[in-house]
Amino acid sequence: MSQLDDLKTAIKSRLGDLECVIGWEQGYDPLHATPLFIRSEADLDRLIIGPLAVHNLATYLTGWKGKKVGVVVKGCDSKSVIELLNEKLINRDDVVIFGLCCDGVVSQRKIRAALPADPGFVESVEIGADSLKVTVAGQAATLRLDDVRADKCRVCDTPDALVSDFLIGKAHTPAPAPSLKCQDEFEAKSDAEKFAFWQETMGRCIRCYACRNACPMCVCRDYCIATSRDPLWVSQENLPSENMMFQMIHVSHLAGRCTECGECERACPVDIPLMLLRRYMNKQVRDVFQHEAGKALDQTPPLLTFKVEEERINERGW
Amino acid sequence: MPAQDVRELRIVGFLCNWCSYGGADTAGVGRFTQPTDLRIIRVPCSGRIDPLFIVRALMNGADGVLVSGCHPRDCHYAEGNFYARRRLEMLKRFLPITGIDERRFEYTWVSASEGQRWQHVVTEFTRRIHELGPAPSFNPKSDVDWNALAVQASQGQGCPCHGSIQA
Repeated sequence: MSQLDDLKTAIKSRLGDLECVIGWEQGYDPLHATPLFIRSEADLDRLIIGPLAVHNLATYLTGWKGKKVGVVVKGCDSKSVIELLNEKLINRDDVVIFGLCCDGVVSQRKIRAALPADPGFVESVEIGADSLKVTVAGQAATLRLDDVRADKCRVCDTPDALVSDFLIGKAHTPAPAPSLKCQDEFEAKSDAEKFAFWQETMGRCIRCYACRNACPMCVCRDYCIATSRDPLWVSQENLPSENMMFQMIHVSHLAGRCTECGECERACPVDIPLMLLRRYMNKQVRDVFQHEAGKALDQTPPLLTFKVEEERINERGW
Repeated sequence: MPAQDVRELRIVGFLCNWCSYGGADTAGVGRFTQPTDLRIIRVPCSGRIDPLFIVRALMNGADGVLVSGCHPRDCHYAEGNFYARRRLEMLKRFLPITGIDERRFEYTWVSASEGQRWQHVVTEFTRRIHELGPAPSFNPKSDVDWNALAVQASQGQGCPCHGSIQA
């Protein structure tokens, strides 16, 4: 049986006890997936998995707190689930986790860049072992999956779900690249270049909060300080400094908690490479606290605790 | 840096009530000469300081931000400065990616009896900020700059990996 059939069988066996199971279905065209809330066996026919199922469905879990739900997760999404469990934001008994062994997902942005023109409505997509055949307006284009793979998949060391009630698919031996070229190149730039870069990108930001809303670890909902009037952390003015302030709020509230699922960057409508900030912060957390969010159950986020003697923080001498 | 021969810069200081604010007071009572660029904000504990206070100050045009609290193990509330140490260290390490010079922010520990040390900290930090000069602003200053920004934004310079398929 295929991985999808196994998954359907597993979901069918538990659907009776659950309010719903969250998975993916085809979106407005064959190239785009959209989250699917499975409430009955009839809905199961629409379920899809594979490289187009990009969304991190753990984002929905806090919204369903107190109800019994199932969720389909890839390896990276399972880290978000673990982090939510560690912070007691969801209850393990209320969640049934259908873990996938994931072969990586695509980046819609890279597909768009690889196609000759803006695709608009895509007629059909055929997914091969290592290629993707996209048909737009009668014209077929074949893309190599390796070329359009999401950045996070290139450095992924957890393709298989780390926590699950059902683990579906064949386990992988991950071979992650040590780092991303775009990250290394950006970090090597001078302060002035980096400053100018953020000035330009934050000038583009329309503060739609898509990055926040897509983030599985952003759980404050209506109490987010970025949208509160009192205290007024971020003014309504559309200035690069205010947009940057909002991003700094997001990054600092995710310090030691971000699982690098990449949803913020994927959700951004104006292509701001937000993961540059997230990866850098995570690197600092790894250096100082040897902590990786979502890698293991029963860990405390490093900023919610302390040591009297910090091994890796030098006391500031004057 | 006396005010009369150089233009003053804007330095914001977040000081804990129990140690560093007392230390600054001790320095004042002892009539130690200090630069006048620092504006002090008194907070109950260094653990009260959200790193975003510092970011907000820098975004609103501060040229430097100094945070000072009780020495570790000496916190009036027993453990506030242990949490503060972790948060402030993460902010300090994070600033380089934003292009803001991390030397514009510093945190340190000064006790209420260390008037001399406070004088040293303020003088050194103010000297450092004067060497760095006024902080650049994220916001364009003139209409011409705003237009340039709008053009740049519409073209989308983007991350090196965006737009090309090779990461």
